Amino acid sequence: MTESLNIDNPVLRVKDLSIAYDADKFAVRDINADIERKAITAIMGPSGCGKSTLLRAFNRMHELYPNIKTNGTIYLNGNDIRQMSTIELRRKVGMVFQRPNPFPTMNIYDNVIAGYKLNGISLKRNERDEIVEKALIDVTLWDEVKDSLFKKGTFLSGGQQQRLCIARAIAFNPDVLLLDEPTSALDPVSTAKIEDMLVELKRNYTILLVTHNMSQAARISDNSMFMYLGELVEYGQTDTMFTNPKDSRTEGYLTGKFG
Amino acid sequence: MTTRKNISALYDNIYHRKRKNKLFLIFVISMSLLTVIPIVFIISKIVINGIGQINFNFFVQTSPDSLQAMTAIANNDTIPGGIANGITGTFLIVLVSSVMAIPTGIMIGIYMYENQKQRYSDFLRNVTEILQGVPSIVLGIISYLWIVKHVTNGFSAFAGSVALAIMMLPMIIRSTEETMKMIPNEIREAAFALGAPYHKVILMVLIPSGFSGLSTGILLSLSRILGETAPLMMTALGSTAINYNVSKPTSAVPLLIWEFYNDPNMVRLVWSSSLFLMIFVLVLNLISSRLSSKNKIRRKK
Repeated sequence: MTESLNIDNPVLRVKDLSIAYDADKFAVRDINADIERKAITAIMGPSGCGKSTLLRAFNRMHELYPNIKTNGTIYLNGNDIRQMSTIELRRKVGMVFQRPNPFPTMNIYDNVIAGYKLNGISLKRNERDEIVEKALIDVTLWDEVKDSLFKKGTFLSGGQQQRLCIARAIAFNPDVLLLDEPTSALDPVSTAKIEDMLVELKRNYTILLVTHNMSQAARISDNSMFMYLGELVEYGQTDTMFTNPKDSRTEGYLTGKFG
Repeated sequence: MTTRKNISALYDNIYHRKRKNKLFLIFVISMSLLTVIPIVFIISKIVINGIGQINFNFFVQTSPDSLQAMTAIANNDTIPGGIANGITGTFLIVLVSSVMAIPTGIMIGIYMYENQKQRYSDFLRNVTEILQGVPSIVLGIISYLWIVKHVTNGFSAFAGSVALAIMMLPMIIRSTEETMKMIPNEIREAAFALGAPYHKVILMVLIPSGFSGLSTGILLSLSRILGETAPLMMTALGSTAINYNVSKPTSAVPLLIWEFYNDPNMVRLVWSSSLFLMIFVLVLNLISSRLSSKNKIRRKK
């Protein structure tokens, strides 16, 4: 049994979660964890340890691929996510991907409210403007793009595009934000900007951050998970885990013996 | 001593290599000229013989009868009349076949991309390939049996459209599937991660993202069916008047070319009609290559 954090009123509760790509090949095995509300939880581990697979279970992205089998339960605010409609769930659990992926045919403004458009939610003009402005201010992109809101999003730099994608995710005002190695394709300056921004966003959203960059986890996360070969090896407060890892595998990873 | 010998042998070798290279280059260039020369001849022949007949009337008047043409030739005039019945007929037939083939083809193509691993889409892929290999005259016969005999009870533009639509389908399906493969998977996932339902993802994300690829495929299939004659002979038949009724026999530019060819008095019109058709197809091809080179989906490196 893995070491686990005790958290009151967790936003997400994972129970006995296993995910298999093929019949017996488990990518993620028997995960039990509670995720703290309005905090940054980092999921670390070497390549192929299942951290992205775990993350994608939270908004049921695996259902796009029929060969992936998921067992176990995830509760969002106490409700089983499988009982919710994907539309409802994905409104509450936003996702940002490894590589910036703004919609290439939409301008910046439309990209931010794409979630509303794609779900056929019609808004009044001033409501839309408000949502776009708030989301872009939250991701510190507003000052850079306020004069070019109707230009294509693909003309922005990589870091700006990634912040645009985060804006697109938070425009729905979700409870949880899933970030799958959001800075791995970016330069250090853009990375620093996004990290600062995430610390700000923490006040309003629960953030789950997959990263293979240990220093990033140490810099911005409150809690950390360490995964290895599909198992959750250790889960604890980031400070404790980095200074005093309980499991020898965690220690080995953190000191750079493998990974 | 030996090294010096080797070096001189090496120089000889390089000399021979360079000569061989030059010879081969000359061969390749002359071969490419051999393929260019016929093209130049065809185009110049059509332009020189056809340009004389092209005037305003050529586009707005219907085709002349044999007697008018004979008198004009005897008086050394330009042949009166034009190919307006063919142009409007071509537009009518192509429009109706586009309406049938484009949405269907795009939907089948997207289905095949989205369900790549299913057996049914493999089956569809094979059927598409077979359909692409069916000679156009066979499609004409099929459309004759289905539409001319049972639906419109007579030769009609609609029957021609059905034959041409079946010809367009495999090209559109193919290009749609290829275009969908070009769209990065992250874009699809981003749309699904926002909770978008399937049809919205297709209509608002996939089709706009692949717009240039889709329109390239459509334009290419159009330029292919524009010159089709054989299936139209059995279905649309031809008409000397301008006709906008899809259930009536209708003319088309390639049909007119065939008719002009068969009438010794009107052979001159063959060239001008061919020139018109050639320029029309050329323009379509230019537009489609423009679209495909300019608006390619940018893949992030």
